[in-house]
Amino acid sequence: MSTATLNPSDAAGAAARRDSPPPRRLRSAPWADAAFEWLTRIFAVLVFSLLLAILASLFVGSQLSIEKFGLSFLWTADWDPVKDNFGALVPIYGTLVTSAIAMLIGVPVSFGIAIFLTELSPAWLKRPLGTAIELLAAIPSIIYGMWGLFVFAPLFQSHLQPAMINSLGTVPFFGALFAGPPIGIGMLAAGLILSIMVIPFITAVMRDVFEIVPPMLKESAYGLGATTWEVVWRVVLPYTKVGVIGGIMLGLGRALGETMAVTFVIGNAHRLAVSLNAPGNSIASALANEFTEAVGDLYFSALIELGLILFLITTVVLALSKLLLMRLARAEGTRT
Amino acid sequence: MSAVLKTQSAIHPGNRLYRSRKQVNFFLLAVSSLALAFGLFWLVWILGTLLYEGGSALARATLYYQMTPPPGADGGLANAIVGSLLMVTAGTLLGTPIGILAGTYLAEYGRRGWLAGATRFLNDVLLSAPSIVMGLFVYSVYVAKVGHFSAWAGAIALALLVIPVVVRTTDDMLKLVPNTLREATMALGCPAWKMILSVTYRAARTGILTGILLAVARISGETAPLLFTALNNQFWSTNLNAPMANLPVVIFQFAMSPYEDWHRLAWGGAALITLAVLVLNIIARALFRKSD
Repeated sequence: MSTATLNPSDAAGAAARRDSPPPRRLRSAPWADAAFEWLTRIFAVLVFSLLLAILASLFVGSQLSIEKFGLSFLWTADWDPVKDNFGALVPIYGTLVTSAIAMLIGVPVSFGIAIFLTELSPAWLKRPLGTAIELLAAIPSIIYGMWGLFVFAPLFQSHLQPAMINSLGTVPFFGALFAGPPIGIGMLAAGLILSIMVIPFITAVMRDVFEIVPPMLKESAYGLGATTWEVVWRVVLPYTKVGVIGGIMLGLGRALGETMAVTFVIGNAHRLAVSLNAPGNSIASALANEFTEAVGDLYFSALIELGLILFLITTVVLALSKLLLMRLARAEGTRT
Repeated sequence: MSAVLKTQSAIHPGNRLYRSRKQVNFFLLAVSSLALAFGLFWLVWILGTLLYEGGSALARATLYYQMTPPPGADGGLANAIVGSLLMVTAGTLLGTPIGILAGTYLAEYGRRGWLAGATRFLNDVLLSAPSIVMGLFVYSVYVAKVGHFSAWAGAIALALLVIPVVVRTTDDMLKLVPNTLREATMALGCPAWKMILSVTYRAARTGILTGILLAVARISGETAPLLFTALNNQFWSTNLNAPMANLPVVIFQFAMSPYEDWHRLAWGGAALITLAVLVLNIIARALFRKSD
């Protein structure tokens, strides 16, 4: 705090100091600055170590199961709490399949919505429509689950599913995916509901990256006579490719880890089925359903290992998403 | 003259290439509008169902003062509502200061060094990490150690979800504060900690508050992290050291049950939670919009 010291050889200054009360700034202790910086740094380190702590605790918790089953845990389909024999294939398969369905539907729809919001919408409609789509993300996932179980699944069972089984289900090879009795709940229903849930996340990223495209680029294309679609497909999309993929990865990360909505409608059956109409299980819903009822250390440990697998997959996907978006942001900085 | 008319313009309707480009454009833009309609359709359907199914349950006063009933009996959700309020409050109070301080480091002190960049990256990953894993984490480091489920464990799990949201918004909002403001304050001889507390925080106040509101909205509806931490409780309890009823878990349990009257209560709870979350979201947005 050198600013607070006056030159002691300066007689006038010394006199002034004697007469007037000490300046207010002296009340600030010199250590306060360092203390505050360290306080904030400690909490930053805390946040930094949180992810690592979660990984470590899950790893320790699943030690028993890792020792017993080794890597074969990943491709064993058994899940037998009575005989203490566990494998993660069914939940991993269910997680990947439901997320894949969600991406197949969610990505094109989000792309369409993002185009509408950035290129087509009249200015006064942009905000309300954008907010409405974002509200889809605000609805708690348990609401999606309840609505899916009580409203969507029955309608799906009585209308959509029979039609699908009778048309798509009869195609050779490919039809096996849609075969089976229409029971409403199952992997397809879970994937459909997941697709609605990821739309707001993917749309938000796509809309943001579409908006950073320099207007001059778009105007040049329009000036050459390009149609709106051609501008989107040949100018906007190539420019924002990396960010769009980042947004898709973000949605994928969300879909993989979604718990409650999937738990309600996936059917929770530890069975490997080819048909998407069959009930299955996902990692998150297996945890939600079985964790508090698990008896025995090995059962617990196997469930925690499921959590570890889920966390590893989502972390990799989300980190990739973040890296891509960062790359776009950096390229944006150099291109201006 | 006639030769001139034929080649007169590229956008002449006789130009097949032009026509097909127009058609492709029209078709795909129509598809894009349909995509928007598709998104809005689900929003309207879900909210409509909630109002229809939950509206009558919300209008019954017993929902707010009676306890969760055993199957077949009449009851309300009073213990679950209070439990949710307590845990969300505790989670917010635990998570917000940590998030704000960590976010302050990122924006104010983290210009140099690797810590800020790495923390920002990991925080963004945590922001979208599956919430059920947070429940597992709190279960293994807290519930398993103390040996019983408790509302505190639930609050800690919720705090872990609050932290990334608050870190992110605090960081973003503080970075929006113009540097000239900081320089002017420092030039007056103000120490850095005081500059942050009384100038930059004040300038970014609405933004940070928006982040906190969004975090509260997010944890109000979270079920997964509470399943293994707060568990549930059929009775009235305000003891934070014991299992506590909370709306999301009660909704989950009641909706998955075969009982009609439990379903009705679950719809009531679902409507209540969604209403609260949407109102919080809209307030947060309105607040943020006013600030810019």
